[in-house]
Amino acid sequence: MAETKNMILNMGPQHPSTHGVLRLILELDGETVVKLTPEIGYLHRGVEKLGENLTYHQFIPLTDREDYIASLSNNLAYCMTVEKLLGMEVPPRAMVARVLLTELQRIASHLIWLGTFGLDIGAMSLFFYCMRERETILDMFEACAGARLTINYFRIGGIAKDLPEGFEKRVRDFIDILPEKMKNDYERIFQDNKIVRIRTEGVGIISKEDAVDLGLSGPLLRACGVPWDIRKSNPYCGYETYEFDIPTGKTGDVFDRYLVRMEEMRQSLKIVQQALDRLPGGAFLADDPKICLPPKQKVMTEMESLIHHFKIVSEGFDPPVGEVYHSIETPRGELGFYIVSDGSNKPYRLRFRPPSFVNLESLAKMAEGKLIGDLIAIIGALDPVMGEVDR
Amino acid sequence: MTEFVTIMIVKMVVIFAAVMGTMTYITLAERKILGYMQIRPGPNRVGPWGLLQPIADGIKLFLKEDIIPDKASKAVFVIAPAMALIPAVMTIAVVPFGPTVTILGRPVDIYMADLNIGILYIFAVSSIGVYGIVLAGWASESKYSLLGGLRASAQMISYELSMGFAIVGVIMMSQSLSMVKIIEAQQGVWFIVPQLFGFIIYITAAMAELNRTPFDLPEGESELVAGYFTEYSSMKYAMFMLAEYINIITVSGIVTTLYLGGWSGPVLPPLLWFVIKLLAVVFFMIWVRATVPRLRYDQLMTLGWKVLLPASIVNILLTPIIMKIFGYL
Repeated sequence: MAETKNMILNMGPQHPSTHGVLRLILELDGETVVKLTPEIGYLHRGVEKLGENLTYHQFIPLTDREDYIASLSNNLAYCMTVEKLLGMEVPPRAMVARVLLTELQRIASHLIWLGTFGLDIGAMSLFFYCMRERETILDMFEACAGARLTINYFRIGGIAKDLPEGFEKRVRDFIDILPEKMKNDYERIFQDNKIVRIRTEGVGIISKEDAVDLGLSGPLLRACGVPWDIRKSNPYCGYETYEFDIPTGKTGDVFDRYLVRMEEMRQSLKIVQQALDRLPGGAFLADDPKICLPPKQKVMTEMESLIHHFKIVSEGFDPPVGEVYHSIETPRGELGFYIVSDGSNKPYRLRFRPPSFVNLESLAKMAEGKLIGDLIAIIGALDPVMGEVDR
Repeated sequence: MTEFVTIMIVKMVVIFAAVMGTMTYITLAERKILGYMQIRPGPNRVGPWGLLQPIADGIKLFLKEDIIPDKASKAVFVIAPAMALIPAVMTIAVVPFGPTVTILGRPVDIYMADLNIGILYIFAVSSIGVYGIVLAGWASESKYSLLGGLRASAQMISYELSMGFAIVGVIMMSQSLSMVKIIEAQQGVWFIVPQLFGFIIYITAAMAELNRTPFDLPEGESELVAGYFTEYSSMKYAMFMLAEYINIITVSGIVTTLYLGGWSGPVLPPLLWFVIKLLAVVFFMIWVRATVPRLRYDQLMTLGWKVLLPASIVNILLTPIIMKIFGYL
């Protein structure tokens, strides 16, 4: 018999379903993936190093460009880390607004995940339905910050501007619409579809132990049955006062990841509802003239505010010497920032732990021995954002 | 004799033009219908309601640079699209669009030929089409193309069998392989009623044969980029697309003939009935595309060999009983 050789297929970085610029070197035996080697770094911009040359305020817009599907979550993680370094208190209105907006961001992120996952396994229409609802959320963000994707709305000490007029009504309308759309549009066309079930059930299983060993987080870990969510285990922003559940899966397959994300959207909606009900009035930015920008009105009329404004914009502020780590639960899992301060106006070292990067390590474990079709579904369910993986 | 030749040439030109015209507008219809199903308008820039879009697409494809990859096996690479297109056009010859009508005092059939082995001819010719696809995949010297070509050949061979078995039921009931005779046999009741089971098997297998969703694995864009025509550009790419959409018309025409009573129907002229039924089948295929995701390769094979093939054989065994019930025997 003639000797057979496995085929090496280079999938990506330009490939329709590698979600950006992920490159996979596949060793194929027919259609079966024998060996999988992810190759990353095509979107590397050296953000961590850039952080060492920017003042603390100047770095916030760069966090938008990491996990660009959920930029507000990145804003929040970074701002909270700096606040922790400064030992700063955030006014209650800002705190509730942050919860409200990041939960909306979570829904938007999961919606885009659902749509692209559908595209990956060939269900085209779902994508447009998901985009329609995501659009509503992006419109809200646009009303808040003027931007839709790289929102850059949170500031050290609070939020950049007060929530716009009519924001509450928009959110309430959305809360009314989404569950119905999820039930009638997404679940009926997707979840109840026989082909979707056979494409996703029992595919890409990873055991609880492996998931924990690899350091997975977010929906990926919860789908394996580990009820670990930083909002519960290590609450921030007052999450301990909100009532919500942590959905978990049973088998840890692609379908469980879908179910977990769907339930998470419903839970996020619950949190948004509660946040909206308790949204207090008052200041939206901490009253600390050395750190937070004064209102424009004051800058125009008061000498002191003008000086503060000038100082913050031109050279920032000097936090105390020390190092600090803070992590939050983004739509993809644990996003943590680690900052070492030498007392100057720029971080001595800034590093972050992107959830997608860690989650991506499980890819080979899940996909080796499976078919190409499965691999696509697994990458889709992994939900990697390459901006965050490569940094 | 001259009269016969003249009539044939005129028919050839008219039917070919009509099919090509329908085909180009089916591409627009597909995009429009998909658009409306997916809450977006679809093409609407070129001409009113996007009506000139197919022409713009045609011009664009015609003017594109024709790229042949350096490593490709050139002769095969060039021949492959033609091998996919020619059988597709050839099958149209026996699709009966309408009955015999009188034009200028002469009887004219609104079809090219009524072969006494019409169905057999369609199967024989359309099977050749798969060579174009396999050779395209092989000649491109690209791994995605190769995988796409392999998938296509495996898929088409698997589903051809159940397709062939599914129509045996129809042949048993009509007692003929001729397309026209089959339509005439459906004057009482359309075969979709007694042969419902066979119809479902046939249309499923036909969609697999056409590489339509949910069986679009050979060109599954999220997996194989564009499958067997990844490396093709310009008119060669267009020829694959032409073949694909002409095949859609042919298959819809066959479905109409075999199961939906062909041109028969009340009030409206027969030709119009045929077109309406044909477009309804095309619409059904587009609708399915908007609704369901893609199967996995092994699931596709399982469905073909373990479900459709046994089911089509059972259908053959059931047909005599059905014929007895409906009074054909």
